[in-house]
Amino acid sequence: MEKKVLLGNEAIARGAYEAGCHVATAYPGTPSTEILETIARDYRDIKSQWSPNEKVALEVAAGASVAGARALAAMKHVGLNVAADPLFTFSYTGVNGGFVIINADDPMAWSSQNEQDNRHLARAAKVPMIEPSSPQECKDFTKLAFEISEKYDRPVIVRITTRIAHSQGIVTIEPKQDVPVKPFVRNFKKYVMLPVHARPRHVFIEEQHLKLKEYSDTSGLNRIEWGKSKKRGIITDSVAYQYVKEACPDDSVLKIGMVWPMPDRLIREFAAGVETLYVVEELDPFIEDYVKALGIPCTGKEIIPICFELTPEIVDQALNGRAHPGKYPKYETEPIPPRPPALCKGCPHGFVFSVLGKLDLIVNGDIGCYTLAALPPYSAMHTQGCMGAGIGMHLGMEKAHGPEMARRSVAVIGDSTFVHSGITPLIDLVYNRGTGTVIILDNRGTAMTGHQDHPATGKTLMGEETHALDLELLAKACGVKRVVVTDPKNMDEFERIVREEVAAPEPSVIISKRKCILMK
Amino acid sequence: MKNVIFAGVGGQGVILASKILMEVAMNAGYDVKESEVHGMAQRGGSVDCNVRYGEKVYSPLIPREEADFIVSLEMLEVLRKLDYLAPAGKLIVNREKVDPAPVQTGAMKYPSDIEEWVGKNVKNAVFVDTEAILKELGTRKALNIVMLGILSKDLEFTGEQWEAAIRSLVKEKFLDMNLKAFTMGREYKETA
Ligand SMILES: Cc1ncc(C[n+]2csc(CCOP(=O)(O)OP(=O)(O)O)c2C)c(N)n1
Ligand code: SF4
Repeated sequence: MEKKVLLGNEAIARGAYEAGCHVATAYPGTPSTEILETIARDYRDIKSQWSPNEKVALEVAAGASVAGARALAAMKHVGLNVAADPLFTFSYTGVNGGFVIINADDPMAWSSQNEQDNRHLARAAKVPMIEPSSPQECKDFTKLAFEISEKYDRPVIVRITTRIAHSQGIVTIEPKQDVPVKPFVRNFKKYVMLPVHARPRHVFIEEQHLKLKEYSDTSGLNRIEWGKSKKRGIITDSVAYQYVKEACPDDSVLKIGMVWPMPDRLIREFAAGVETLYVVEELDPFIEDYVKALGIPCTGKEIIPICFELTPEIVDQALNGRAHPGKYPKYETEPIPPRPPALCKGCPHGFVFSVLGKLDLIVNGDIGCYTLAALPPYSAMHTQGCMGAGIGMHLGMEKAHGPEMARRSVAVIGDSTFVHSGITPLIDLVYNRGTGTVIILDNRGTAMTGHQDHPATGKTLMGEETHALDLELLAKACGVKRVVVTDPKNMDEFERIVREEVAAPEPSVIISKRKCILMK
Repeated sequence: MKNVIFAGVGGQGVILASKILMEVAMNAGYDVKESEVHGMAQRGGSVDCNVRYGEKVYSPLIPREEADFIVSLEMLEVLRKLDYLAPAGKLIVNREKVDPAPVQTGAMKYPSDIEEWVGKNVKNAVFVDTEAILKELGTRKALNIVMLGILSKDLEFTGEQWEAAIRSLVKEKFLDMNLKAFTMGREYKETA
C-alpha cells in the first residue's frame, strides 16, 4: 500500500476524500485552516467552500447532509462557539448523509484568544466525539466518523488539537469509496424542530446515546493496552497518549479514541486491573471527572497541569519524577531578546495605527493581523475579545459615557472579520442611535490565517470568480450616511478623515482600502 | 531514534527542510513524526520544527535534553533551543543575524558573544557561513536546503536518497537550484 507523509490536517482531508465526502465547508482559523485548503487543492470532486463564518459553514454542511450528501464542516475551537446554535439543534434533527464536524482546539493558545476545551461541547450538545492521536488516525477516524454518523443518525465531532493538526507522520493511502448522494425525503417530524417534534427527538437522542455507549465500549476506538506492569494504569486521549507511551513504556494504558460517550465498562475493567489509576489529559479534567463520577478514585489534575499544552517532559516529570532542566549552562551574558510576531514592513495596517496612535484615540479592536498593533511600537489597541466584538463594544462604551465617548474612540475591524460578524453590530450601532466611527481595514483578504478569500474578494475557495460584496453599499444599507473609502498610505489625508468622522455626531464608516503586501 | 530540531525565523523555510528529512527517513524504512508551527508565530516570530525518526515514534515533540541535532538558521534562535540538546548532541548554527523587534526599536541589544559563549559551553557545535553559497546561488531562499545539506553529512542516508526526496517534494521550477543548494551544503567544509 502507498504511504505518504501527511500533516494531521492533510490526513483529515484525505480521510474525507476516501470516505466519499461530497461537500466541505469552513471558515479559516488556526489550527484548522489546511483541512479545507487541502480539499480544495487536491480533492476537487468535493464541493468545498469558505463560508462567511462558522455558523453558516455548519448550516451549509447540515443542509447538504439532510439533502443526502456526506458533508464536513471544519473550524477552530472558538468557531464552534459561533456555530453552537445550529450544532445544538442539528443534534436533534440528526442526519441523512453522514455529517462530520472537525473541531480544532488550541491548548497553549498558540494562535487563539483562549484555551477552551471543546470536549465539554460534545457532552453539552449530546453529540458523539472522537479524538485521533496521530496523522494515520486523523485519516481513519474521519472516515469512521461518517459511518458512525449515518449508522446512529448523529452529527459526529472529530476533535483535534494544535499538536495533532500540525504534526506530520506516515499515512497509508487507500482508494476513494464512491458513495452516492441519497435522495432528500420529506420528514417534517425529523427536520422541523417545532417544540412538539423536539421533545420526541430528545428522547431519540438519549436512546442513541445508550447505543453509542455500547459502541464506545466495543468498537476498538477505546482500547486497553496492557503493559509489562499492571501497577500503574493510565487513561489518556489525543496527543497526550503519545507522550504517555513515550514516557511510561511499561505501564498499562486505556487509550480513549471516543471521548463522548465514554466507555463505562472498559473504564471499570481497566481500573479493576491496575493498582493505581492516573488520568493524563490536556486542559480540563474531562475524563477524570467522569471517572470519579463512576465512583473510581484516580489521580489527574493534582499532578497534570490544567493550563497550557502538555509535553512529553511534563508527563515524564509528573509520572516518573524526572526533571528535564537542560544539560547545558544557561546563557546569561545579556537578556535574550524575545521575537514577538509583528506587522510586516509596509503593512497597510501600520499606516492606520500610526494615525490612531498619534490622535490618541481609544481603539476597540478585533482579531486579525492588525491585533498586533496592540503591541509596541504602535500600542494603539485597547480592547479585543472575539471576532466581531469591537463594534458592539464601541457602542457599549458610548452607552456608558454618552456621545462624548464616541468623540474620542473608534472601532477597528478587518474586512474578513467584518463579514464574519461585524455587520449585525453595525446595524445595532445605527439602530440604537450610536454616533461612533467604524474603520474597516480592507486589505482584500483574510491575512492572519494565510490570505484566504472571503465574500468581498470576488473569488471562491475553489478559485471561481463570483460577486464581490460591496462593503460601501452594505454600510449605507445598514443606515450609515457617512461612508468614506480611502487609502491609508496617504497618512495626512487619512488623519484628516479620521478627525472629521470621529467629530461628526452621527455614525461613520471609514473603509481603509489597501492590499496586504503579501497578497498577489 | 534520531531527533532533529530546525530552528529559525518565520519565512526561512524550516518546514520544507523537515519535510525532505522525513521523506528520506520514511523511504529508508523508518517511522517518522514531526511537529511544526503555523499561524501567529509565522509573522516574523521564532519558529521551529521537530523531526523524529526510528523504529517506532510516539510523541511528535522532542523532549528537552534529547535532540541529537539542532540546526539553527539564525544565530539567536539557538539560545532558545539549547535546553533541547542531548549531552552528545550537535549544534549547527548559521552565522546570520535577524534583528528581533525589540532590537530594531533599540529597546534591547542583540547578544554579541553568542559564538564565543557556545564555543565555551557546548563541545559539539559548528558555526557555518552560508553567505558565499547563497551569493553564488543567487537567492537567499535556498538557505533551508543549504543547511539541510550541511546536516546531511552527519546522517546515515546516501546522496541518492537525498536527491530522490528533494525531487519528490520540490517544484520543478525550483528543482535545479535546490539540488545545487543541497550539494553545496553537503560539500561545505567546516572551519571549526
Ligand atoms: C470565531 C473565530 N473564527 C476564526 C478565527 C481565526 N481568525 C482570527 S482573525 C481571522 C480573520 C482575519 O482576517 P481580517 O479580519 O481580514 O484581518 P487581517 O488578518 O486580514 O488583517 C481569523 C479567521 C477566530 N479567532 N475566531
Ligand atoms: S500579512 Fe499582510 S496584513 Fe498581515 S501583517 Fe503582513 S502585510 Fe499586514
